Amino acid sequence: MASSKTITVEVDDVSYTDDVEPRLLLVQYLRERLGKTGTLIGCDTTNCGACTVHLDGVSVKSCTMFAVQADGHSVTTIEGLARDGKLAPLQQAFHQCHALQCGFCTPGMIMQSASLLTENPHPTEQEIRDGLEGNLCRCTGYQNIVAAVQAAADGTVSSDGTVSSDSTVSADSDETETAGVA
Amino acid sequence: MIPSAFDYAAPATVAEALGVLADAGDDVKLLAGGQSLIPVMKLRLADPAMVVDLGRIGELSGVRDDGDALLIGAMTTHHEIVTDPLIAEHVPLLAMAAATVADPQVRHRGTFGGALVHADPAGDMPAPVLAADATFILAGLDGERRVAAADFFQGYFTTAVDDGEILTHIRVPKYTGWGARYEKFTRVAQQWSIVAVAAMVRVEGGTIAEARIGLTNMASTPLRATAVEQALVGAPLTREAIATASAHAGEGTDPASDLNGDAAYRRHLAEVLTKRAVIVAAGL
Ligand SMILES: Cc1cc2nc3c(=O)[nH]c(=O)nc-3n(C[C@H](O)[C@H](O)[C@H](O)COP(=O)(O)OP(=O)(O)OC[C@H]3O[C@@H](n4cnc5c(N)ncnc54)[C@H](O)[C@@H]3O)c2cc1C
Ligand code: FES
Ligand code: FES
Repeated sequence: MASSKTITVEVDDVSYTDDVEPRLLLVQYLRERLGKTGTLIGCDTTNCGACTVHLDGVSVKSCTMFAVQADGHSVTTIEGLARDGKLAPLQQAFHQCHALQCGFCTPGMIMQSASLLTENPHPTEQEIRDGLEGNLCRCTGYQNIVAAVQAAADGTVSSDGTVSSDSTVSADSDETETAGVA
Repeated sequence: MIPSAFDYAAPATVAEALGVLADAGDDVKLLAGGQSLIPVMKLRLADPAMVVDLGRIGELSGVRDDGDALLIGAMTTHHEIVTDPLIAEHVPLLAMAAATVADPQVRHRGTFGGALVHADPAGDMPAPVLAADATFILAGLDGERRVAAADFFQGYFTTAVDDGEILTHIRVPKYTGWGARYEKFTRVAQQWSIVAVAAMVRVEGGTIAEARIGLTNMASTPLRATAVEQALVGAPLTREAIATASAHAGEGTDPASDLNGDAAYRRHLAEVLTKRAVIVAAGL
């Protein structure tokens, strides 16, 4: 029988020390040991992105990492984004732009979008779509997800969770541009 | 899906890792980014008794200037290859290919060395590394040995890395000033290459002076399109001349036939993608 390992991981700003089997996946550790069920398992095959969390601030698929690999590192899940009971700007943007239907992909979408905006604070629409290529959504058709990331990047989400009217889905902004040229 | 149980070691140095490997016997796997190994362990297509994690060995990460070449640590992630300034200046082809690997999350974990040792025929890193004539540096208990890229890829998922050895660095010559392009053909956004072409071209006085072309997924290993390379030398900078040379791209290839396309279709793709890649690399 393989021996267990003691790991210390900071998850959403709280430090945890636990004995784990080496084969325990990070996503199982988060959900089953820490009760952080906000991080979801969609495909369990590294394709859908529903399990996306941040490892030291960078997005990873937690179904494709062992908990022992996170020893000594810091993990942020969707449950760690809100501050003082207030949604983070990206969460507000997803809410306001109607960027979800069933919501299953949403935690992963938001965590990947946050990582994307850290690396590229002002992405183009194409860069947002490329940045989300590892996250699948079976409901929305992506349009409003892209709009939400754009709104969060543009800072057009107000702190009370409302989006100012100039932030709309990209199809509309294309029309505005065309109208301006014509 | 839950992998079989295994023992886990996370050594801090290459020397320590080699010792652990030697003591562990046959049934041991090295873990790099885990983006190929963990999926196969979850499917229980691999069930090693012991896993040796290279993730804590700092000396294996990063890109260093080494005179006429870059020395790239095996544990350097795809993301680091995409964003590294030395690579952008001297071998941008590597960044272009790495940017097409999987998705951002996988690129944050998956490593340059892991992708090369994994040696998937459809993997995007082997062909550029072969085209660039890189040298692989392997560490073993008896010391270090160097293997040329042409001898490294030996077959379907098979490389020159022996049991008990660790790929520590890849030495990639500089191609400063050469034009480069990685042209990858897929059906959907995030997919392995059906065929891809890695091209580097040096233009001098209005003609192509040198060309290096690597083919992805045109055989069980990456291939050099040597007939195209030879036909391009001295060719004028015209689309017609490049198209004529690119018509040789299928020569000497042995592509698989599968649901994504049969061998004849892949040879056709190789010609079309070679032409596209060289046109961009030559700055047309
Ligand atoms: C959803 C998905 C899509 C993908 N799409 C693509 C794609 O489009 N193109 C592409 O090229 N790749 C793709 N990949 C694979 C990706 O490139 C992996 O990162 C890569 O194949 C393996 O690198 P790794 O660091 O994760 O290695 P690991 O999975 O950790 O290891 C792979 C193998 O190499 C061995 N190994 C690793 N490092 C060393 C070393 N230093 N010395 C000796 N042996 C070593 C391991 O023992 C193992 O056998 C995809 C992966 C996923 C999950
Ligand atoms: S559950 Fe991890 S990628 Fe789908
Ligand atoms: S909202 Fe249902 S999967 Fe995205």
